[in-house]
Amino acid sequence: MQTQSGGPVGQSVPRVDGVAKVTGTARYLDDLDLPGAQHGVTVRSTIAHGTFDGLDRDPAFDWTGITVVTADQLGWGKGLAAGGFGENYIAMLDTDQPALLPMGGCIKHVDEPLALVAAPTRARALAARAALTPRQTAKPPVLTVDDALAADIKLYKDDNVFKSFLIRKGHVDDDEFEIAMAGAATVIEGTYETGAQEQMYIETQAMAAWPDAGGLRIAGSMQCPYYVHKAMKVLLGCGPDEVAVAQTVTGGGFGGKEEYPSMLAAHCAMLASAVGGPVKMVYDRDEDIAATTKRHPSRVRHRLGLRSDGSICAIDVDVIMDGGAYLTLSPVVLSRGVLHAAGPYRCDVTRVRGRAVATNHPPHGAFRGFGAPQTTFAYERQIDKAASHHGVAPWEFRDRHALRAGDTTATGQLLEASVGTDDIIRAIRDVAGAAPARDGINRHGAPVKRGRGFAFYFHGAGFTGSGEQRLAGRATVRATADGRFEVLASSTDMGQGAITIFTQIAAGALGVAPELVRVPDPATDEVPDSGPTVASRTCMVVGGLVERAARTLRLRIEAWADTAGVKGDLGALAAAMFGRKAELDPQHGGIAETVQYEPPPGIHWDDATYTGQAYPCYGWAGCLVDVEVDLDTREVALLRCVHAVDVGKAINPVIVKGQIEGGTVQALGWAVLENIVYKDGRVANANMTNCIVPTFADIPELETVIVECPYPFGPSGAKGVGEIPMDGPAAAVANALGDALGVAFDRIPVMPEDIARALRRGDA
Amino acid sequence: MITIGVNGEVRTVEVSAWKRLLDVLREDLRLTGTKEGCGEGECGACTVLLDGVPVNSCLVAAGQCDGRAVTTVEGLARRGIDGSTVLHAVQRELVVRGGAQCGICTPGIAVCAAHLCDSDALAGPGDARAKVRELLAGNICRCTGYQLIVDAVIAAASPASNQEGGS
Repeated sequence: MQTQSGGPVGQSVPRVDGVAKVTGTARYLDDLDLPGAQHGVTVRSTIAHGTFDGLDRDPAFDWTGITVVTADQLGWGKGLAAGGFGENYIAMLDTDQPALLPMGGCIKHVDEPLALVAAPTRARALAARAALTPRQTAKPPVLTVDDALAADIKLYKDDNVFKSFLIRKGHVDDDEFEIAMAGAATVIEGTYETGAQEQMYIETQAMAAWPDAGGLRIAGSMQCPYYVHKAMKVLLGCGPDEVAVAQTVTGGGFGGKEEYPSMLAAHCAMLASAVGGPVKMVYDRDEDIAATTKRHPSRVRHRLGLRSDGSICAIDVDVIMDGGAYLTLSPVVLSRGVLHAAGPYRCDVTRVRGRAVATNHPPHGAFRGFGAPQTTFAYERQIDKAASHHGVAPWEFRDRHALRAGDTTATGQLLEASVGTDDIIRAIRDVAGAAPARDGINRHGAPVKRGRGFAFYFHGAGFTGSGEQRLAGRATVRATADGRFEVLASSTDMGQGAITIFTQIAAGALGVAPELVRVPDPATDEVPDSGPTVASRTCMVVGGLVERAARTLRLRIEAWADTAGVKGDLGALAAAMFGRKAELDPQHGGIAETVQYEPPPGIHWDDATYTGQAYPCYGWAGCLVDVEVDLDTREVALLRCVHAVDVGKAINPVIVKGQIEGGTVQALGWAVLENIVYKDGRVANANMTNCIVPTFADIPELETVIVECPYPFGPSGAKGVGEIPMDGPAAAVANALGDALGVAFDRIPVMPEDIARALRRGDA
Repeated sequence: MITIGVNGEVRTVEVSAWKRLLDVLREDLRLTGTKEGCGEGECGACTVLLDGVPVNSCLVAAGQCDGRAVTTVEGLARRGIDGSTVLHAVQRELVVRGGAQCGICTPGIAVCAAHLCDSDALAGPGDARAKVRELLAGNICRCTGYQLIVDAVIAAASPASNQEGGS
């Protein structure tokens, strides 16, 4: 169902919010005028596990004008209408995470919220927080996944397992699987570990709440207004119309503003209720790094059974993720992790097991890639070892064994259309050139070793299985009285360009200039629920809704004009239609079309066995990285990074390039720079001085190749792009380091001290 | 009482000499284009020019600014003859070339990059792109991967671009 609209689709129109952003007039939450707003801050636990016994106030402090809120004073169960609250948990997938820990409750991680403070100025709020001391009794914490699985200390149910998965392909039980594995000429085995990663959006978490028309209004930095809305309905004990949630200009998300904003919204709501007026909370960087979600640390055991010709006869993967103290989104992250764990390679017998476990770390959560980068790291290290074992060049080995149309994935999904393997293989091959010379001297005069690494991977676009059907996202396109058009959806722009591509898609389908289309900031009382802004689904799924709604609206307006005998461009027709008042849609104050998601034909997914079409389609990607290691300092320099990504159709090539390159750099950082250090359950480097991310100077000139293998059911053929660039570059870096030094690097981040240790061990 | 020339206007504020310049700009003068990303001089989101030199305004005390000139992102564009806003060449190129995504680091990058384009920092021998990477290394962007920002700064620094931009 590709459109013939042409027009702005496929053009690099400048982003619609660009001028506001370069002139500093874009207003983020902390920039808004909120008259009379008090400043909220959070009192947090300082132990990883124990009990919250009470809160001591310094009697010497001047408490005038200070509001302190603890969970015990909030009137739980009374509901918003009766001046109280609903239920004290953050509604996401489970009920285990309190919004504010009651006294006597079990502290499950460092920096868990225990009390809230509001004051007229931020300085006073911080001073008051310093004058509050929580009384806590410490218990032994669980800080490793092994201790969690031993379950001597129980944090979640009896086994500390939040969620487990088992995917079987080509066998019925473990015995049969082992028979297949035993048939391998060679078995490559490895254990791979990845560290936590901080999203490090440059705008820290920020939210405000104020009483509004008998209910409550929430505004702030977020990816998913309807997630916050759902959490607020439960927390406040109110109906959907008593609370509204609006997104403000959002300074980066990367998953970090998927679930955590509900926590800030809850706290702002509690404080706004206590002070009877607006309250805003803007986290310090230190607090944001220490307390909010990060990418799940992982350990993946991988066995690759190879026939003598190098083809794969069995794949066995066991994934463990550290979910942290509460369940949050861990089951879904694990799901995506296991669904990608076998990789885009042909194999008839595959077993994937996965567990997400509870520890006393602050909860880990959504981060671009959502479990897939962890398992991709493991399988792409394995494939490199397999290629090396068989004496086949790494890219050639991938070419021989990668999935093509007609093959099936680990869930038995038959790949039909939109398989970008050949184009990706060719794209990398075309630009690869010669590998760098192994030995050399760098500009500091130090001896260096150089190497080249590759990775090949895929990423499912959209929600897993029947997720999109269950969600049934909706979007509206409407005409306004001045002959312009608006796109209404809850999908947010957090920098990735959603409102610009929606503008392009709608303008293309309407056949009007992009200047005539506007995408208002989403608020739950103004836009339909098009679903959360996650899972590489915004362009493919919601963009598809926008395209269909716009096309339907255009047909309706043109049909009316035919009947009424009115002529002109679509804007003029819409304005004329308004003039007649005949066709006004009372619900949307105008001429509007709302459409709901409909799955492409033939989608089958079995949630019980985890078999079938795990995703409507996949993006495909390949990465080449050249590295140089300074043998004196053990520093890694990235010399070159080529990244080819199949996005189906680039609705806006510059925006797509920006998405690919941004994800690439986050992945390169995860490989060699970004190191979250936990000490006794606390983030020991919770500041930007010690918790570093790549700068301009750390990154080579990026060589980005956009590949377009259209997905027949995406808007103009588009599929996902947001996450896939995060999946593979880290493995390419580790493979390149292995090539340079002759040492296996199976844990990331690879820090200079890891290289020093590896070389000292004489692995070389 | 502290007197600062801000974007060409003399502004007087009654604040502690220890107040951060960042807070003076955002709270007292309501110039909210300058952002706080870390509060410790690492991310560069709060970059402004102090007497024409880029500084992290989170690390500068108001007292240090008395009698000096500050340029913020709000001061980069100029007013055209017809009253319209004429973007600085760097701002224009950041928009056109995709150098701004979420936009929260953009004011700091625009200020620092405008300084590079308007000074001789990128002139002379040597790879201009490498110079941009080194001179902007104090400004962290988590969205773009930097490539498109470098493209924008190089384009803005070219003589043709400056003529066209009329800055």
